[in-house]
Amino acid sequence: MAYTKRLDGRGFDELRPMVAKAGIIPNASGSGYFKVGKTEAYAAVYGPRELHPRFLQNPKKGIIRCHYNMMPFSGTGTRIRPGTKRRSQEISMVMELSLDPVVDLSEFPNSVVDVFVEFPQTDAGSRCAAISAACIALADAGIRMKDMVASVAMGQVDGAICADLTYNEEAFDAIVSDIPVAMIHGTKEITLLQMDGEISKEDLIKSLEAARGACDQVYDLQKQALNAKYSGAKANESTESKEEAK
Amino acid sequence: MIVNTNAIPKLAAKGMRLDGREMLEFRGPIEIETGITDTAEGSSKVRIGDTVVIAGVKLSLEKPYPDTPDQGGIMINAELTPMSSSEYETGPPRMKAIEISRVLDRTIREAKAIDFKKLCVVKNELAWFVAIDIVSINDGGNLFDAASMAVLAALNNTTLRKYDPETKAVDYKSKTDEKLPLTKSPLAVTVYKVGGNFLVDPSSEEEHCYQARLTVGSDEKQVISALQKGGEQPITIDDVSKMVDIALEKAAMLRKAYDASK
Repeated sequence: MAYTKRLDGRGFDELRPMVAKAGIIPNASGSGYFKVGKTEAYAAVYGPRELHPRFLQNPKKGIIRCHYNMMPFSGTGTRIRPGTKRRSQEISMVMELSLDPVVDLSEFPNSVVDVFVEFPQTDAGSRCAAISAACIALADAGIRMKDMVASVAMGQVDGAICADLTYNEEAFDAIVSDIPVAMIHGTKEITLLQMDGEISKEDLIKSLEAARGACDQVYDLQKQALNAKYSGAKANESTESKEEAK
Repeated sequence: MIVNTNAIPKLAAKGMRLDGREMLEFRGPIEIETGITDTAEGSSKVRIGDTVVIAGVKLSLEKPYPDTPDQGGIMINAELTPMSSSEYETGPPRMKAIEISRVLDRTIREAKAIDFKKLCVVKNELAWFVAIDIVSINDGGNLFDAASMAVLAALNNTTLRKYDPETKAVDYKSKTDEKLPLTKSPLAVTVYKVGGNFLVDPSSEEEHCYQARLTVGSDEKQVISALQKGGEQPITIDDVSKMVDIALEKAAMLRKAYDASK
């Protein structure tokens, strides 16, 4: 194992400093904000509202539709041209699948709940931040939900299992795997699982076991953000201030 | 959105507004943050009341245009996201986004606020091109003026990157201290005519029931660099005179907020 110390000095199970907020976009039915390190996601929920085109409508229940989009200046390197891409379409689809199991839209047949996610800046783990922010936004919108979904990018860098990989770690010159995971908080069931890189089955299972604790940390912040908005309590909604205090 | 299209003009005719503001009063707070994203070469986030926009600058090295072989260039694009209002949809920019980006482009370009010649690296071969993207986060009305402040603040926040003269590739991770050659601070202010009276900084509701509007781009010496008349009703020369006066005065007020954020 050559990767004995992480590039930014974090512990292997330690996430980057996080900030979570609820209700930041007044026009939306609900909104959420989730920042982890230099990956920053704004999420807005509109609906339930009428779904067009009509052939997409489900007469049994409402559907959830996600729209993942990086701002043109949010990538390292050259400008990202605006518009739909295969990458963002796929991510939008897996976001829908990761959130759908906790959302109950049975009382809103033929309707849609739109979730829009935008990033001012990214440094790996953007689909995970999107899901974590979107879940805050759904709860803020008053959508009936069974539980919360929290998401973290797990990974393995040169034999070491790490939580919340950065871009530099993903690009590390060794065997690396990137495993975005989303979990339902109560049951620890997996609603998002992707992987790219190389990993053994043993390490994959170890990574997923480690994801439980990592997702719990995200969940705590999501809960605090919603509590801060709805109970008026001055919850500690950020781990950034703790970091600064160190 | 439910808009009270009867009450707003009637109130405006008496010099009153639904939210109780004075006709020429901006909403508060007016906030400008800069350097908000690490991936852009310059960035800003501007808030006017409920309206929030983000602007980001990306630089690239490209071959200058044949008619200006010793100059770089700018491109301004506005993304009115469906996240920011239920009125916007996904897909290519619609008329409102196109108008905002074109008028703000003129405001900056025609004021000669950026010294394009200083952006040239090798004549006929290589120059810096500045792409400015405006993204709406929450449209509570008056995106036009908020976007104008965001563009200016993001440009002022921009620093050049190192580049390799051999490969002509930009090293986006190596920041330099060299700033963009920004010589002026032009801002656009939009004045609305509602119920025969003039108002500034409209709410989303007010934006749905105006007779005419005039966007005025001007610099700190009150030189006008861009104009755009909008709305269905005509305006008189006298109207233009009054609207420009208001716009210049408000631009000075907004420029103070911008200067304080530098």
